[in-house]
Formats: sequence, C-alpha cells, structure tokens
Amino acid sequence: MSQKQQGVATFAAVNGDAAMKKVLGIQRSDVIAELTASKLKGRGGAGFPVGIKWNLAAAAQSDQRYVVCNADEGEPGTFKDRVLLTDVPNLVFAGMAIGGRVIGATKGVLYLRGEYAYLRRSLEDVLAARRKAGLLGKGILGSDLEFDIEIRMGSGAYICGEETALIESLEGNRGEPRNRPPFPVDTGFYGKPTIVNNVETFACVAAVLDKGSAWFAGFGTDKSSGFKLLSVSGDCARPGVYEYPLGVTIAQLLDDVGGTGAQAVQIGGASGVCVPSKDFGRKIAFEDVPTGGSVIVFGPDRDLLHIAHNFMEFFEEESCGQCTPCREGNERLREGIEMLQRGECPADYLNELVALGEVMQLASKCGLGQSSANAFLSIVANYREEILGRVYHGAARKE
Amino acid sequence: MLVTERQLIKDDVGKWVGEAGGNRSCLIPVLQNLQEKYHHISEYAMQEVADALGIHPVEVYSVVTFYAFLGEEYRGKFVIRLCRTISCDMANKDAVARQLETDLGIKFGESTKDGVFSLQWASCLGMCDQGPALLVNDRVFTRVTPDQVHEIIQACRGAFGPLAVQPTSREVRV
Repeated sequence: MSQKQQGVATFAAVNGDAAMKKVLGIQRSDVIAELTASKLKGRGGAGFPVGIKWNLAAAAQSDQRYVVCNADEGEPGTFKDRVLLTDVPNLVFAGMAIGGRVIGATKGVLYLRGEYAYLRRSLEDVLAARRKAGLLGKGILGSDLEFDIEIRMGSGAYICGEETALIESLEGNRGEPRNRPPFPVDTGFYGKPTIVNNVETFACVAAVLDKGSAWFAGFGTDKSSGFKLLSVSGDCARPGVYEYPLGVTIAQLLDDVGGTGAQAVQIGGASGVCVPSKDFGRKIAFEDVPTGGSVIVFGPDRDLLHIAHNFMEFFEEESCGQCTPCREGNERLREGIEMLQRGECPADYLNELVALGEVMQLASKCGLGQSSANAFLSIVANYREEILGRVYHGAARKE
Repeated sequence: MLVTERQLIKDDVGKWVGEAGGNRSCLIPVLQNLQEKYHHISEYAMQEVADALGIHPVEVYSVVTFYAFLGEEYRGKFVIRLCRTISCDMANKDAVARQLETDLGIKFGESTKDGVFSLQWASCLGMCDQGPALLVNDRVFTRVTPDQVHEIIQACRGAFGPLAVQPTSREVRV
C-alpha cells in the first residue's frame, strides 16, 4: 500500500485469528518485543507506544488486570472506528484477546459510545460466534488462555473518550477524568492494571502479529510507523474513510478526496489544529500534524470564525466542569468569538483571549481542556486580519 | 390487581441490579434501562437504585445529571437528536433544524405535549461524511433534507418506515 485506499482493505486482508494462534505459541515477552519493533503508537490521538504501555501493565503486580477497548469515538469528524466495528469487528476482538494474553487479563470491555447503539446487536452476535468457535471464553484455541469481552454502552459524553473518564464511567461514576499519574496501566478499572486502547490500535496489533513488525514498520515514517485510517468530511467531492501510510502530505490527501482549493483543513478534530492552505505541504504524522483520524476540509467560502464558534460550543457543552480553566475558559472563548462576529472585540481583548487559551492548554486537568483552545488559537494565528473588523450583519447564531 | 408505576420501577430495578451483580459498576447500565423503558429517571427511581446498590441517592443524581442520554425530565417516546457539530453544520443542518422545530411545534430541548417527541441537539454522531445526520432513539438517519423531516416524523408515528438506515446486515463469520 504505497498509495491511499478507500475503505479498510488492508485491515480486511489481515487474519486476526492467525495472529491469535501465533501469540499463543510464543512467549508474552516475544509479543511485546514484536509490538515494540513495529513502533506501533496508539491510534486514538495521543500516540503512546503500544509496546511500552502493554509491558507496563504486564509488569504491574496484581491478581487481576483488564483490557479496555475505547470505542467512544466522539471527536468531531471521526468515524473510522464505526467503520472498523462494522467491517472488521473480528480483528478488533482478536486484538483485544491478544492484549488479554500479553498482560494476563481474563476480562475485556468494549466501551461503545451511546450514539453507536445501533452497532451493538451485530457486535454481540460476533462475540457469540467467537465464543462458539473457541476464540473467546475458557480454553481459547485449545490453550489454557481465558478471556471474554463485555460490551458496555456510553451515555452521550464526549469526555468519556478520555481514558480515565472512561474508567470512571465503567465504575458507575460521572465521567470525570482522574489525575494522572497513576496511569491506568498501574491503577485502572477497579484500581487494577488496565490497558485502554483505541479500536484501531487493537486492529493494528492483530495486523502486526499476523503480518510481522517489519511489514507494518515498512509503511509510514521513522517516527510514525504503519498506516492510519483517516475519516475525511467537509468540503470535498469524495468524503469517507481512507487508509494512508503515515507521513502523507495534506496536499496529497486533498488531491485524492477532491478537496483541492480548500482554504484550510482541520486535522485532529475539534481538539486538533486548523492548518491554512500555505501549510498544505505538512505531513500527517505524529512528528508533524498528528490526528486520531479526523480530517475536515474547509472550502474557500467558509467563515473560519463560524467554525471556531461551532467548536467552542462543542467544548462548552462537553467539558465535564471539573477544573476551572476548561469549565470557564471554553465559555469565555465562545463569548469572545461572538464578540468578534459582531465586530465588537478590541484587539487588546483578543490578545487576552489568546493568553487565556494558552493558560487552558497549560493548566487544564485533562486532554479536553488542554486542547480545546487549539482550533481557536490556530485560527487567530493564521487569520487575524480576517477575523478583526467584522461588520455586524445580524445576530450570531445561537443554539 | 392494579400495579402502580412505582411498583414496576421497584421490581425492574431489583431485577436489573440482581442480574448485573449488584455492584456500583452496574449503575449506568441500570439507569440506561430505566431511561429506555420509562423515558426519564424520576426521583423515586433514583432512590430505588440507590437503595439497591447501597449508595447515597445523591450519587445516583450526580450520574443522571452528568450524561446527555440520561435525565430527570420526561423525554418523548421518540427522542430526535440532530448533530450540530461542524461537518453536519456545513451540510446545512440549520435547515433541517428549522423544519423539525416547525413540524413538531417545539424548540430544541423541548418535548411535544403528547409526550411522543423530544427534540435535542447532539454532538458529533460519527456520520460526518453523510451529514446532516440525526438519531431517532438508536436509529440513525443520514443525508437528511428538510423535506424528509415530515417523512421521518410520520415514520416514527408508524414506528419507523423504510427511511431508517438499517444496521448493515452482515453474515457473522469468525
């Protein structure tokens, strides 16, 4: 796969069950070595190396451990996990079972967002079929491995995609992130060592074990190995899910999806950055512009202030309210954007808003508040001329 | 014998908590069941859940009020959630929103007087390539146009018609 592919063809060609068989035949440390050699980084957005995370959980002292698959895909513009769970659920479940074997967990949980409730029935059917085929439950594939997976539903909270908030939610609490450290690999679900990984990460694990770390690391760049699913939406002719080797340029991507002529592209969802057209030569990779998969194309006629406003409304709604910089900051930024829309924002105050955004990045407790100002800050940095001096043509949209 | 709703709730909560093992971890699944069956989670129901799990009712209240899909206030039999996040916004979700409000005679955040429909905003539904998208309970509708709003509402009244996107039926293989 040197070029892009629409859909999830590379994943569909992976044999997850062969990967499980291979894992059962080798030492746990060998599996971790293979994952480390593949340089696979977490696909949810943060990009933590999978080999290190799993090794930490495997090494922690405990009588019980857990594998959690984060299917709380809530980042605006991201829908690749939905496609994976529809097209290749077996691969995801195989990846989770491999996780169970590696860290010594007997129980896995798929935390599925409430908005995807319509996927639950088919996923339960897949799990039932896997139990029947001896791929889940006791004595997997004739070995002494025991591992089963339970599906738990979210209830409409974006913040539960944050791993510690997700664990809080599983334990029956408000989805408020915990302080880290301790990290879930040490103190996770019920205080036990837990690996929380994205849906795509588990699919990648199965791919690495089936096809080998060299094959996987053959894609992408030195610091960003492998291929990545990108969910493309917005002003382009061919939106959808695409597979790319990491390191693809934004210009190449736009060319493929029919989005040439865009004035900007939002990479990484609402918490990502808004890349202006002059920077379309940049690469989608952990070392350049990272993303959990979201790519939103903004055509030449879009008002970036309106887009920033939409994102801030999103964060104001989805902030858990636990820490002050995020709870108050998002609201202040949203109000500031409305002042800009009315042409009533003094430049001094805009500078203060930028400083506030930087405070939020530094002082918020979790990734939501640390990244919610990103889009606003990148729009101010690149389009300052365009957003100041607006002439008021009517009420800013209130929703 | 007349069975009151309170008795039904008490029985259901006892059953669901028992099935789920009775620890705090089953709180949200039990609340999700209550929401689905009774369309809201009343103070009485919260007290019952708290008693069944041996926790303070304010713990239950704090969870009910945190999650968008759970609520103390009564919601209609059909909860329509229109995505308002950027991709659907750019696909003209405002026109769909306007028509929903007009056809149902309610604003977002409200329910119809007959208790059949509630209208709510949703954050990204993960249908960004097929916007505007909306959920009716747990069914998803994509590429919704203003003139389809009437059809969707009629389909709800007839308990869903051919418009609803069926979860793709796939042969289950392992």
